[in-house]
Amino acid sequence: MSAPTNPVAQDSTGFIVELEQFSGPLDLLLHLIREDEVDITDLPIAKIADQFLAVISDLGLNQAADYLEMAARLLRIKAQMLLPRHLGDDEWEDPRAELVRRLLEYQQIRELVEWLGAAAARRAEQFGRGFSPEPPAAPPAPLVIDLNDLLAAAERVIALIPEPVLHRVVPRPLDVEGAIERIQALLAERAVFGWGDVVGQRPTIVDVLSAFIALLELAKRGSLHVHQEGPFAPIQIRRESPRAAD
Amino acid sequence: MSPLAQLIEAALFASARPLTVEELATLDLQAGAAAVRGALAELRDAFATGDHGVELIEIAQGWQFLTRREYAEAIDRAQFALRPRRLSPAALETLAIIAYRQPVGRSEVDEIRGVDSGAVIEKLGERGLVEIVTRGEGLGRPLLYGTTPQFLEILGLKDLDELPRLEELSVALRPPAPAEPE
Repeated sequence: MSAPTNPVAQDSTGFIVELEQFSGPLDLLLHLIREDEVDITDLPIAKIADQFLAVISDLGLNQAADYLEMAARLLRIKAQMLLPRHLGDDEWEDPRAELVRRLLEYQQIRELVEWLGAAAARRAEQFGRGFSPEPPAAPPAPLVIDLNDLLAAAERVIALIPEPVLHRVVPRPLDVEGAIERIQALLAERAVFGWGDVVGQRPTIVDVLSAFIALLELAKRGSLHVHQEGPFAPIQIRRESPRAAD
Repeated sequence: MSPLAQLIEAALFASARPLTVEELATLDLQAGAAAVRGALAELRDAFATGDHGVELIEIAQGWQFLTRREYAEAIDRAQFALRPRRLSPAALETLAIIAYRQPVGRSEVDEIRGVDSGAVIEKLGERGLVEIVTRGEGLGRPLLYGTTPQFLEILGLKDLDELPRLEELSVALRPPAPAEPE
């Protein structure tokens, strides 16, 4: 372990505590209690709660939950202590009792930690034969999950999916084949005709698209030639004389 | 030394981990567990009283030759052997709770430590120090963890009974002093 430095330093703003030095909110609480040299079974809860809040005021979000839960607990106990109670009220339960029980329990664990650490250090002074092979990796634990966890996990996954770009698709198939037939009929009659002849009097947008694609298709096949004088000028369609086969 | 003691000496020399009496008894099917125990005691005394650099230690419910402490520094300096990685305070806290409460579920460890302990338990499992021993009753049939022989080995303990008894600790669990109304 690194040299024991005092994690609490006073400056003008009050306590500066390195939260990383504590393994959790109980550890921090015990530290504050030791610093103040107060009796753990008769906690000055208001003072401790204020100190606790001061310490965690700028903690990182990833460790926030455990500390915030403890802060809420401390404030609730502080409020309960302020409630008036009657003299000789046997029913009164010390609102600190549960917290004190947990602190004592945790303090006991910390004492065991010291003991275990010392035992491990002592064992490390003796070497066995050769290198122990790395213990085989344990098989993965069977998945234990409750409904809430599952739903929360599903929500996290869904949240990662980018919002899809939705657009309405209306089934309105183009009739390119029909348009080709109509144009071929026109080609059989006339050598030259205009765009208006192809689409007719009051074409729908589907008719226009079908006719246009049909024209391009036929032009590609070499059946006709499409000509336009300039932008927005009338489109002229001319029959292509069949090429001599090479 | 008896032939059985010599056989056991060879087996312990060959093994990189502690061997239990039951395992050693398979070396010679004629010799029973009692004879193996007698031979082990003979061997231990021989190494304890003679001038040897190693000693026979009872550890992790078995027996193992280990180098004497006084040579640790020289071996370390020469880098002939690696010391095991130290355990973090979080790992030791979790180990302590599992050792004393086993079989114990993760939620109880979380509750006592006041922080989420899932990742720490997983790491301890990977190091072979704790393992899933059973499943609890109740909601979700939680996995319950216990310590392994490897746990005893890294602490140099014969068995779990060598852990300090809770009432020997300076902080014994006791109810908070009754509040005195003024």
